[in-house]
Amino acid sequence: MYPSKFDYHRPSSVQEAVQILSSNPDAKILAGGHSLIPVMKLRLAAPAALVDIGRIDALQGISRSNGSLRIGACVTYHEIANSADVQAAAPALAEAAGQIGDRQVRYRGTIGGNLSHADPASDLPAAALALGATLHVTGPGGSRSVSASDFFVDLMMTALQPDEILTGVEVPVAQSGTGSAYVKWEHPASGYALCGAAAVVTRGASGSCTGASLCFNGVSSTAVAATAVAASLVGSDLSDATIESAVGDLSIPDATGDMFASAGYRQELAKVMGARALSTARDRA
Amino acid sequence: MAGESNGAGVFGSSIRRREDPELITGRAKYTDDLQLPNTAYCTILRSDYAHAKINSIDASEAEALDGVIAVYTASDIADSGVPGGIPVGWLLPDMKIPEHFMLAKDTTRYVGDGVAIVVAEDQYTAHDALDLIYVDYDPRDGIADPKKATESGAPLVHDEAPNNIAFDWEIGDKEMTDAAFANAAHVASLDIVNNRLIPNAMEPRAALADYNNITGELTLYMTTQNPHIHRLLMSLASLGLPEHKIRVIAPEVGGGFGSKIHHYADEAIAAWASMQTGRPVKWTATRTETYLTDAHGRDHVTHAEMAMDENGRFTGLRVDTYAAMGAYLSTFAPAVPTYLYGTLMSGEYDLPAIYCHVYGVFTHTVPVDAYRGAGRPEATFVVERIVDEAARVSGIDPAEIRRRNFVAPDNFPYQTQVALAYDSGNYEGALDKALAEIGYDDFRSEQAAAREQGKYLGIGLSTYIEACGLAPSAVVGSLGAQAGQWESAVVRVHATGKVTVYSGCSGHGQGHETTFAQIVASALGVPYEDIDVIEGDSGVMPHGWGTYGSRSAATGGSAIASAAEKVVDKARTIAAHLLEAAEEDLEFENGNFFVKGSPDQTQSLPDVALQAYLAHNLPKGIEPALEATSFYDPENFVFPFGTHIAVVEVCADTGHVELQRYLAVDDVGNVINPMIVDGQVHGGIAQGVGQSLYETAVYDEGANLLSGTMLDYAVPKAHFLPSFETDRTVTPCPHNPLGVKGVGEAGTIASPAAVVNAVVDALSPFGVAHIDMPVTSEKVWNAINN
Ligand SMILES: Cc1cc2nc3c(=O)[nH]c(=O)nc-3n(C[C@H](O)[C@H](O)[C@H](O)COP(=O)(O)OP(=O)(O)OC[C@H]3O[C@@H](n4cnc5c(N)ncnc54)[C@H](O)[C@@H]3O)c2cc1C
Repeated sequence: MYPSKFDYHRPSSVQEAVQILSSNPDAKILAGGHSLIPVMKLRLAAPAALVDIGRIDALQGISRSNGSLRIGACVTYHEIANSADVQAAAPALAEAAGQIGDRQVRYRGTIGGNLSHADPASDLPAAALALGATLHVTGPGGSRSVSASDFFVDLMMTALQPDEILTGVEVPVAQSGTGSAYVKWEHPASGYALCGAAAVVTRGASGSCTGASLCFNGVSSTAVAATAVAASLVGSDLSDATIESAVGDLSIPDATGDMFASAGYRQELAKVMGARALSTARDRA
Repeated sequence: MAGESNGAGVFGSSIRRREDPELITGRAKYTDDLQLPNTAYCTILRSDYAHAKINSIDASEAEALDGVIAVYTASDIADSGVPGGIPVGWLLPDMKIPEHFMLAKDTTRYVGDGVAIVVAEDQYTAHDALDLIYVDYDPRDGIADPKKATESGAPLVHDEAPNNIAFDWEIGDKEMTDAAFANAAHVASLDIVNNRLIPNAMEPRAALADYNNITGELTLYMTTQNPHIHRLLMSLASLGLPEHKIRVIAPEVGGGFGSKIHHYADEAIAAWASMQTGRPVKWTATRTETYLTDAHGRDHVTHAEMAMDENGRFTGLRVDTYAAMGAYLSTFAPAVPTYLYGTLMSGEYDLPAIYCHVYGVFTHTVPVDAYRGAGRPEATFVVERIVDEAARVSGIDPAEIRRRNFVAPDNFPYQTQVALAYDSGNYEGALDKALAEIGYDDFRSEQAAAREQGKYLGIGLSTYIEACGLAPSAVVGSLGAQAGQWESAVVRVHATGKVTVYSGCSGHGQGHETTFAQIVASALGVPYEDIDVIEGDSGVMPHGWGTYGSRSAATGGSAIASAAEKVVDKARTIAAHLLEAAEEDLEFENGNFFVKGSPDQTQSLPDVALQAYLAHNLPKGIEPALEATSFYDPENFVFPFGTHIAVVEVCADTGHVELQRYLAVDDVGNVINPMIVDGQVHGGIAQGVGQSLYETAVYDEGANLLSGTMLDYAVPKAHFLPSFETDRTVTPCPHNPLGVKGVGEAGTIASPAAVVNAVVDALSPFGVAHIDMPVTSEKVWNAINN
């Protein structure tokens, strides 16, 4: 597997990286390389240049302030899965990161690369969506913030412009009464999510549900929120029976299939995974 | 293990594999690791179409690329005067043998068929140039399904093979079998697809060819399981070089599972390119090329029926199979669904009437050939599935129906209705042991209780037999093999008593360096550490036939044992002379000769070896040196057998199958190294479980390979599998000097049926009779919900 020729840049700041991207329209950002390099080796992509953002300090680190958690774009899955802060503040994200690929992949792959690549079967998009993450982006015109719900546009398409860099992800810290979970059904070949469900639920003082969110990846061309199911849970007692009947009505438009799992079967799996994610989130709330 | 490994006890002990330290520290050298000065790199442009006419090829841009040495097409090979052929090595009566040239001449017949060759200064340029070759194709319809390919109107792979039928083969007695069905009390019947598999050796195929245009000698380092066969076929069919001018070397080979037996175009192309350019030429398959061009396995569509009397005694088995050959007949392809398949249809059973009919069918896919088990997994799956179905329709417990029909221990040798003569066996012994270890009776009550709670447990048996170590050569030849199936060995004792063993086998992960040394340590009484084993170089050892078909211990090991025996015989003559005693009066124990009753005066094997080399004082008529060569042609196949049991839990919500336990009780005869035998069984089971639950090569209607990468083709991962439980019974092979059988394929042969039988058992409350492999969760979910 031999990629086509490419130039290699290793900027040390976000500004420098943006500058290189702006002046090289065929350049691509290289983060963990665990999606980009395989497609280059298969010659499905042949960028003229790579801009390696792996040594930019500003893209590293996990910090917590003002009720939110900021995770640098180049933070690896391994760091996320093992961070006590993430485990406490956003268990669904830690759980999703901990189930990606294998150990090697988790040591190299980054949250920024995962979300930017927006592979429909990736594990992090559903978690980011369910948790209501905000994505920070810097381009030639400066910085902006995009909510996760606006970020994922379509199959491997995001709100990012080619010369923009995702610099970090902000996730609200779970307040008391809020629980989250990520449950994954692994594709037997790729190990990606054949169906992954991320759930966040909040219970009020009485125990009844005051807020819910349920999102999936692996089932359609992009991570999707099951808004109707989530809405139907608000005000409910969140019992197993309630959850079961709520997910029974789940319908994901444009579900996709492959030779291991048809679109119809993925819908059925999504019900089971959704219920499991919701009940685990409830137990943590 | 230093120091303690002398004498008879070495045979049968779990010595650690001596090959592993190099392998696991990355020191071992595979073909692609080898560097020769001035090497050029070769890539092959492959057809994107399953079936197309080639109108023209424009390589001018590629040729103009800096660093490209040459671009060649089929006409260049033809013009060079070499034969250029890729032959089939097993002939069946009336078989259609279409021409198979090293590159497609005017028609491509599968996605991946070679169309043009680039030779360049480096790998990157060689790959860049592929994108600059423009082929004008005229696409035609293709077909991948072996049964549909025989229907009228199906696209033809070769004009000379109407209905795409390569051969029409049968075994057994049709009339007698039909009569059994006419009188049957019960009939079980199943339609079975044996899913197509892609071999996944860790190391892709590769070749480094070094042609010396002054001496006319070709040295070819390549990923091979059988260097001598490759030398022969390169000489006769592909390159036309004299056999003695070709040296084929197998460096470390990272797995094969059959895929490196076959003679492919690619390695011949590298060799031919070296002949053209006068430079060493290296070709290394990408993983994509591995998927597109390594011969695939299985791919059968079968209808099977079992007739029974009112007591559940089998009275007849009828099997009708469409077996894919792919676009061309690969090296041993015709043998796989015939003599390695139909002959196994008796299983472990005393079956009075069998008839098996097979169509070998051309399809627009990469060729299908031997893949771990080769024919025997397909046969075992048919037999063990239909036996379970017979149990289901007759209402007899699956263990009981097997017991009622086994060939009894006192009924050996047993002549089956399909040519094989089983020499030994104790099938009930292995079954009883396995049932006891799994706790069969308790399981049935546990299963019933679990069902009450909506938990679906299942248990599946596979009481398998396999025939390996194909032999003897005359019989194999009479069935169509264009090869012998004996094996060679040289046992060379050096002057210092150290030993080098040469075998015509060619291991690629099996641990021969360890096990063959164990055989010799026991035979010669020499410390294990003093023995090295060398394989895989046609320039070094006598002709041999390589490693596949679980043959190495039974044939290669026996050859080594018989060469070692000749060494001991010669050493005894010399020792008797040195001890001034009669040969008959000598004992040989732990490497020492002594006169019976006076063990204090000895001549050790090293003492004798030194004298043999000095040759100062040898008995009359005895030649100097101490070594022997043996060419061993076995009397018969060997017949490993056993009982495998799978226990599964099926999740009714998702259809997920969890393999909870897997127990294998195998009888592989005497065991040289129990740890290595367990390792072979483990790997074989993993591959068989892979076939049953995960792996499948999928082609679309137009014969495009959909499962073209590891993102889509599911090789089982460690966390999919339970910790296997293994045990053995020992029924030594009666006809070879070691009493060994074979173990390389047993796990792959037995396990698919055990797993599917377990799933079907778990789903019995839903009235499910069969699910095709791979048993994906979706198929199970559908079976439960529809
Ligand atoms: C064997 C294997 C198994 C895997 N299994 C899984 C799995 O189970 N689940 C899963 O979710 N993923 C899986 N992956 C994919 C893995 O998670 C990748 O790491 C991820 O998809 C991309 O992240 P990366 O950091 O490697 O990005 P790269 O591969 O470097 O980049 C991916 C893309 O994103 C762009 N990009 C990267 N960073 C940024 C940024 N900060 N701003 C803007 N654009 C950016 C790049 O230009 C490129 O187009 C697997 C990968 C492999 C090789």
